[in-house]
Amino acid sequence: MQQLLLGDEAIAQGAIDAGLSGIYAYPGTPSTEIMEYVQKNDEAREKGIHCRWSTNEKTAMEAALGMSYAGKRTMVCMKHVGLNVAADPFMNSALTGVNGGVIIVSADDPSMHSSQNEQDSRFFGKFAMVPVLEPSSQQEAYDMVHYGFELSEAFKIPVMIRITTRLAHSRTGIASSKKKEQNPLALPSDPRQFILLPAIARIRYKNLLKNQAGLEDKSFDSDFNKFIDGEDKSFGIIASGIAYNYVMENAQDGKVKNPILKIAQYPVPKKLIDKISLQCKTLLVLEEGYPFIEEQLTGLIENGYTIKGRLSGDVPRDGELNPNIVAKALGLAVPETVATPAIVVNRPPALCKGCSHIDTYLALNEAMQKYDGNRIFSDIGCYTLGALPPFNSINTCVDMGASITMAKGASDAGLTPSIAVIGDSTFTHSGMTGLLDAVLENTPITVIISDNETTGMTGGQTSAATGRLEKICLGLGVEREHLKVILPLKKNHEENVRIMAEELAYQGLSVIISQRECIQTAARRKRSSI
Amino acid sequence: MKTDIILAGVGGQGILSIAAVIGQAALLNNLYIKQSEVHGMSQRGGEVMSHLRISSNPVASDLIPFGAADLIIAVEPMESLRYLNYLSPEGWLVTNTKPFENISNYPDFDKIIDAIKELPRRVFIDADETAHEIGSVRASNMVMLGASVPFLKLSSESVEEGIRLIFGSKGEQVVDQNLQAVKAGMEAAKAVL
Repeated sequence: MQQLLLGDEAIAQGAIDAGLSGIYAYPGTPSTEIMEYVQKNDEAREKGIHCRWSTNEKTAMEAALGMSYAGKRTMVCMKHVGLNVAADPFMNSALTGVNGGVIIVSADDPSMHSSQNEQDSRFFGKFAMVPVLEPSSQQEAYDMVHYGFELSEAFKIPVMIRITTRLAHSRTGIASSKKKEQNPLALPSDPRQFILLPAIARIRYKNLLKNQAGLEDKSFDSDFNKFIDGEDKSFGIIASGIAYNYVMENAQDGKVKNPILKIAQYPVPKKLIDKISLQCKTLLVLEEGYPFIEEQLTGLIENGYTIKGRLSGDVPRDGELNPNIVAKALGLAVPETVATPAIVVNRPPALCKGCSHIDTYLALNEAMQKYDGNRIFSDIGCYTLGALPPFNSINTCVDMGASITMAKGASDAGLTPSIAVIGDSTFTHSGMTGLLDAVLENTPITVIISDNETTGMTGGQTSAATGRLEKICLGLGVEREHLKVILPLKKNHEENVRIMAEELAYQGLSVIISQRECIQTAARRKRSSI
Repeated sequence: MKTDIILAGVGGQGILSIAAVIGQAALLNNLYIKQSEVHGMSQRGGEVMSHLRISSNPVASDLIPFGAADLIIAVEPMESLRYLNYLSPEGWLVTNTKPFENISNYPDFDKIIDAIKELPRRVFIDADETAHEIGSVRASNMVMLGASVPFLKLSSESVEEGIRLIFGSKGEQVVDQNLQAVKAGMEAAKAVL
């Protein structure tokens, strides 16, 4: 019996079936549903699979490495920019290697549906020199989890599964394979495997380098690759991930007669490239994300070839692909379509009616009236929508936690007051250390933690900050008299403006916790309690 | 058999429930399905859409190509027009006429209706009104599902069975309300076809 699952959910079910002992993650679109599926799954509960959210992607990656040290299979999930946060343990885990199997799922968001950039995680995989699996379908995603854990344990190396938005958030029927028991607790046979002191790290690095040839052989042998021969040798098609689906969509009814090579596993297998380059002197590369395979082709094949793709301009350099973009690149006719009528206007995302961030911004806007210029540094979450009308409150959104540290830097440069607006979950994710920097110098900035007691933008996951913010701030050394807690409601507007104005005028560090539960999670709680 | 459907609306209007029921009905008929959804930022009161593809053959692309959709089901009239570039020349548009006005520059309602009327194959009903009449104001999305049944190439029985399976865990009352809403939608569509 097939289950109807999202790509994310297929990965989660695959992990449960493959003997997962623990999953670590911080919410981030389009990866969030992997953890959520395990959390809601009865079988995972019965098997005692660890499935609590981590404070950020770095702590998640490190906890996963610890679980692997103890011999268990573990998965760590994040969105592409989350991998930047986890980059330190991720890069070094390639050197330490693993004991129990480790899979890192990095979910890329080309076209930036819900992200600040569209970086391609395959580059990170190559940078770390770890194998990367790239599914084209949700079923492959499921199957690759089983295969990925075996590969990880065979080579004692972490394995990345790289997915993109459309694969993560598309639902289809999934067939399960045989279930595997969890690994027993077992320590690494070499007690020094995980000690990256220079002398040992050099040995571990040589070991990583030595493994590359074997990993490339595994890529070549991978059952997930596919070669479909074709009689038209005028050009050959190399496709990966979701782009392969778009090729196959266009190939229906025999419309594409060229050889097609699907690559599903990295490092890029040179012998597989030879298979198609022996037949075709022109190669069209179709991949979702950056020109990862395309860039490497020049080094893998001889001179005299024409390579078409995102670099050559035959495919748009940025953004998601779709069946029509791929049809055009394949030289197929694209149907004329009806244009969207001019009366249709955009409906940008907006803060929910009754959202606490609204009252926070209305008070802040008023308190800021006497200061000129744009000086509000903000962060990543629902409250980033404060950048849009009618608020136009904030001036930056860069990366998790950057509001506090950027405000500090601006203040160091002489911009006073500088203000930071950060959410509660973002604060515990990456804001606390920056706040400590400000405490150490009593930097004259005002930090507003807009605390809605949840991780809102990703759908209301538990926030590590809930009930702890005051203690955390005091513990970091924020002065009691400049730590204010306000209730952002219309009826408190005047008082909130007054408190903000006072703290803005203070020539030292202030923190204002503006605290009211997210109306979405409050409504959900009310419904479930009826 | 192949039906490619674009579902359109505003975040929170329940297009994913429509997709879930049709998907379930398709599975009951042993059809292949792929359904792509929008999560994250765009759900915050913004426009949302979903691609739903059901077919007797395996489905390759998760996204419907432009100009290839057999059907657009919209729960909001302006949103019904946003994805016309996906509609095939022979495709149908089935939409609710009740506007969801959460933006200050929402266009003139009559102009929207005029634009819908320009399409050769369209069905438009006030699903909110229909839902109100049968006493389930929250089931306007299921009314729209009902109105689209004639174009799904699935039997109304499988759609009803889909509702039982999808909403069964929420109790008999919810199932009955939704079944009633689908029926009312089917009748409303029949009356204007």
